[in-house]
Amino acid sequence: MLVRFFFLLRGAGVPVSITELLTLLEALKAGLGDLSAERFYYLARTCLVKDERYYDRYDRAFAAHFKGVEDVFALLQRELPEDWLAKLAEREFTDAEKAEIEALGGWQKLMETLRQRLEEQKERHQGGNKWIGTAGTSPFGAYGFNPEGVRVGQAGSRNRSAVKVWDRREFANLDDRVELGTRNIKIALRRLRRFARRGAPDELALADTIDATARCGGWLDIKMQAERRNVIKVLLLLDIGGSMDDHVKTCEELFSAARSEFKHLEHYYFHNFTYEALWRDNHRRFNEHIGTVDVMRTYGTDYKLILVGDATMSPYEITQAGGSVEHWNAEAGSVWLERLIKHYPKFAWINPQPQSRWGHTSSIEMTRELLDGRMYPLTLEGLDNAIDALV
Amino acid sequence: MSAEFRGTDRYIATAELMEAVNAAMVLSRPLLIKGEPGTGKTLLATEIARSLDKPFFEWHIKSTTKAQQGLYEYDAVSRLRDSQLGDPRVKDIHNYIVKGDLWEAFDCDTQPVLLIDEIDKADIEFPNDLLRELDRMEFYVYETRETVRAKHRPVIIITSNNEKELPDAFLRRCFFHYIRFPDAATMTQIIDVHFPGLKRDLLHEALTTFFKIRETPGLKKKPTTSELLDWIKLLLTEDISPEVLRSDDAKKLIPPLYGALLKNEQDVHLFEQLLFLHRRNAR
Repeated sequence: MLVRFFFLLRGAGVPVSITELLTLLEALKAGLGDLSAERFYYLARTCLVKDERYYDRYDRAFAAHFKGVEDVFALLQRELPEDWLAKLAEREFTDAEKAEIEALGGWQKLMETLRQRLEEQKERHQGGNKWIGTAGTSPFGAYGFNPEGVRVGQAGSRNRSAVKVWDRREFANLDDRVELGTRNIKIALRRLRRFARRGAPDELALADTIDATARCGGWLDIKMQAERRNVIKVLLLLDIGGSMDDHVKTCEELFSAARSEFKHLEHYYFHNFTYEALWRDNHRRFNEHIGTVDVMRTYGTDYKLILVGDATMSPYEITQAGGSVEHWNAEAGSVWLERLIKHYPKFAWINPQPQSRWGHTSSIEMTRELLDGRMYPLTLEGLDNAIDALV
Repeated sequence: MSAEFRGTDRYIATAELMEAVNAAMVLSRPLLIKGEPGTGKTLLATEIARSLDKPFFEWHIKSTTKAQQGLYEYDAVSRLRDSQLGDPRVKDIHNYIVKGDLWEAFDCDTQPVLLIDEIDKADIEFPNDLLRELDRMEFYVYETRETVRAKHRPVIIITSNNEKELPDAFLRRCFFHYIRFPDAATMTQIIDVHFPGLKRDLLHEALTTFFKIRETPGLKKKPTTSELLDWIKLLLTEDISPEVLRSDDAKKLIPPLYGALLKNEQDVHLFEQLLFLHRRNAR
């Protein structure tokens, strides 16, 4: 029974390992937590969940498992945004079909077909699925599909008082993907540090000296060492203006955190997409350019490249020569981006746009493809993943 | 199985916290405690030790703390000095091994409680350096070539303020509990424990004001339990009547002695503004 629960938890994105499951079983064997469902809930949480941001997922998994409902896990990974339906439609239909439906009868018709399709799929894959069945409501009521409302269902709960605890889901707001403050960003960026002692040994290594002297039985033996420095080098390219105005605050936080964290930090600005020129000072952006080629020549391949931008623009700005909104570019933006990432093998693109919206903007998808998927949202979790890609 | 922890006359533990503590004690695994500052993470360890009558050791972590310091330190400087002075002690290296808090706890004749406070303050590698020590409850002293084993596996309480992520390997060896911010009912119990016989109406007004402040959107630092307790203590010493707290009087926008609750000037300012707006709307 617990094995299934274990896999449900893993499926819900809670990182549990076998060791932890065994610990839980050991605890149960020792007679803990088997008196009531509520105690078991707490005990299992203590053993299996190691971070409060997973409490919410644990609650949902627990509720699902102990109500005998298991099909919701595809939906558990994250909260569904309000425009979920539109997104689903995008996924379910090909462009051609969409155009066809558009021609036939527009959105209303589209919804109708979508519903039919989902209904069919339910029959085929999930049999008499309980959570839609007993709820007795169409999953598409008034565009407001709410997985929670459906999830609860009418299953008579065996332990009413206890069920409340996990159904309350009080830890919902502790899930990650929170907005960042500079401190958090600094902590995240700190993982990119590489300390090394380089250069002339000009610093007295006190501990080593004492140690060596003591080991020599009192003969003074002086040890020297080079100063410890963070040797990581970062090239930061920031999108500025236009659609980025919405994200100025978070980008400023990221920038100031990076400034204080890295000694070798070089930054340049671009507008919407990378082209043949970059600039350092936004007040003089039209007359003090530096060629992207020159930037690549100046900063070697040991620099880590971090691009910050929302990648939200017209697709032409990426694919076409002359597509830039500001100037005539002889070569397409995609060519320049490819050159950059070829030159800097360690790169990441940080996108302040919430990840849930990425699927709606084709330029983001295109950029992601150009980047081999190395685009990360500007959240703690995203930043951590970005750092992983850079290390 | 040793006695269970059920909270004390000074410390109110919720059912979930008791479950976590008892599980950690029965299986002798370290218990990692997280939670908002001021929710009694550090106090928990002292109270466990006090209620179950166990010896108590604490190891406070700073940004410069090394894992080795909790085990032992080899005092090479003393040995050097002694060797220069011809002290006979210099022959025996044992004289220069200084025990750390973890060793002291391992050496204890009854099961002790060990608090490792604010583990997130230390270097990122710190928890990794303690894996074996926490898992097997033993470590090796290189200088004297001996293995130190815990006589009784101590109850280890580790607190963290979430400033750094802890490594997975470390987390796997721990039990974990997040102390949730107490709801009004628990808060009443907590205050009862600290200020027995507090007038009901004062308590009620103080709590209402407190939760109102906590709900103010955009506060940089929300007041917590320990700050509430300080504030009530101040209210009592200043002998402030509940009516003062209740009054929506325009002149007394800010609750008396707010300094105990709001800890930076932006928050005070924000709170003032909100109250001002509120008053204007009420008219």
